[in-house]
Amino acid sequence: MTDKPKIPAIELKQLRFYYQAAGWQLNLPALTLKVGEHLFVRGASGSGKTTLLNLLSGIAQPISGELYINGQPLHQLSSGKRDTLRAQQIGVVFQQLNLIPYLSVLDNTLLSSHFAGQCKADSMPRAIALLRRLGLADNLHRQAANALSVGQQQRVAIARALLPQPTLLIADEPTSALDSENRDAFMRVMLAEADANGCTVIFVSHDQSLLQYFNLQLDMQRLELGAQPC
Amino acid sequence: MLMKLARLSLWNRRGTVLMTWLSLTISIALLLGIDHLRTEAKSSFTSTVSGTDLIVGARSGQLNLLLYSVFRIGNATANISWPSYERIIKHPQIAWSIPLSLGDSHRGYRVMGTTGDYFQYYRYANSQLLNFAAGQPFNGVFETVLGAEVASKLGYRLGEQIELSHGVGAVSFSQHKDKPFTVVGILARTGTPVDQTVHVSLQAIEAIHLDWQQGAPIPGRQLSAEQTLNQDLTPKSITAFMLGLKSRMATFTVQRQINEFKQEPLTAILPGVALAELWQMLGMVENLLLLISLLVLLAALVGMITTLLASMKERQREMAILRAAGAHPWYLFVLVQLEVLLITLMSMISAAALLWLGLYLLQDTLAAEFGLFIRLNIISMATLYWAGAVILLAAFLAAIPGILAYRKAVADGLTVRL
Repeated sequence: MTDKPKIPAIELKQLRFYYQAAGWQLNLPALTLKVGEHLFVRGASGSGKTTLLNLLSGIAQPISGELYINGQPLHQLSSGKRDTLRAQQIGVVFQQLNLIPYLSVLDNTLLSSHFAGQCKADSMPRAIALLRRLGLADNLHRQAANALSVGQQQRVAIARALLPQPTLLIADEPTSALDSENRDAFMRVMLAEADANGCTVIFVSHDQSLLQYFNLQLDMQRLELGAQPC
Repeated sequence: MLMKLARLSLWNRRGTVLMTWLSLTISIALLLGIDHLRTEAKSSFTSTVSGTDLIVGARSGQLNLLLYSVFRIGNATANISWPSYERIIKHPQIAWSIPLSLGDSHRGYRVMGTTGDYFQYYRYANSQLLNFAAGQPFNGVFETVLGAEVASKLGYRLGEQIELSHGVGAVSFSQHKDKPFTVVGILARTGTPVDQTVHVSLQAIEAIHLDWQQGAPIPGRQLSAEQTLNQDLTPKSITAFMLGLKSRMATFTVQRQINEFKQEPLTAILPGVALAELWQMLGMVENLLLLISLLVLLAALVGMITTLLASMKERQREMAILRAAGAHPWYLFVLVQLEVLLITLMSMISAAALLWLGLYLLQDTLAAEFGLFIRLNIISMATLYWAGAVILLAAFLAAIPGILAYRKAVADGLTVRL
């Protein structure tokens, strides 16, 4: 584990993906993120952000190229192994409607550690602490997820993504439904939690004002440039 | 967690789940019920009479004779004269005989005139003799021995006085009011029509009909109970009789000799053969019913899968969230399977309860109307086989929405298409 900082959290080379239905393709020559780095990905809708996230999380397979998550060659793994890797190493937050409506807030949070194969006795207190730090008081934990406001739901989604202590956190416009005050609090607590876990963040948004929280950015329109410092 | 997900997901869709549950419950209850009735009817029928080599009655079909002599269903076409009976039982091969005289009733229960030999030789099930729960066989003319069912249903105790009615209806307009009978014995439960029979002596049957003619009392010739005792009470005729032979090898010889009896047209049947024939007839119908209930079950299962398939569309988001949280596609497959399993298991439990309740309520009617003695215990190897088959079938059919969930999860990835 002493050589861990030397292995990039994410490294990809000559990644190509072809989207058949649209006759459209995505080329990403190179992207390397060190552990703990925060990447801001911006681009209009339809620019391939979702595809990129699917590729990074191992859901979609590239037609060529190499992709390493924490040193593991994702492009060589079987779909089952990719799923396991994803469950343990990658947390995902959607734009909205992240939660299973009929499960409680706490159970929604615990889903990720369950899929990552972590024991409940261990993850339960961490989940509660995480929810508290994200501003979700204890009285909300037992409530059904759909009883919460959208802003609260997004924070539960963050808690769920971070609970298994992943290497990589992928967030797809998680702040789009939040007001500016909530959004700033959300960004701070999310990044603080990510840093505390040594978690690399890939954050997709078209909200330029959030750029201030990141040290690297990637423009979907100019993928050939790779990650640029802000 | 998987269990919790399945449980809460079902609860979340409780409206459609409830309907599915209901239809499955009814169809499983139907299937198990028909199968249970089938096996119970068979054992009930075949255990009714045992150890009797021949049953003899007036010439008729063997089923008719079997039904009225053993099951107390229907009526005899004609009687056997007493002298003929006395002649036949002198046959050297005959070890014992039980004469039966039917035609009267007590509050819907058949009255059977017989002799003390009945309690000594009649066997049922696995060659079991009749046992007395209380009292003893009748000795006097106006004494009676009740079947277990008669005593318990009508609440009779030893020493009680009962009146017999002419004819076999539950409500009779002509009563043998003037000659009450004393209960001297109550038989232990047998699970055969014996439970529903009021036993009296042949002399008693003769005594209550002394002042009757053509099925009605003779006006102006009423005899009191005491007076009848002074009369000749030798029966003039009986309805049927059962025979036990010294050697079973002689069965066919004796049967042929009785069938060729010159003085009177008689029929002798082998109860086992007649029971088998009766069973074959009923068995066909019940196989058909079983087939129909299987189809009903299949329809209910297909209905369940249809509702599941319909719900898969609205659950796409749910599945995508699970995928994003790290679920393997097969996890979703297992989730769908587990939901189906839960519904099926719940339905089975409620079906068993429904069936038990139904049998509990219908038990007496079935026994009284059809001579079918159905036990309430529906758990048997056959039920377990059926339960297993239902679960396998459900799991097999659930693979359709399960595979759909799996493939959709693989194809859609983390995106949720609204």
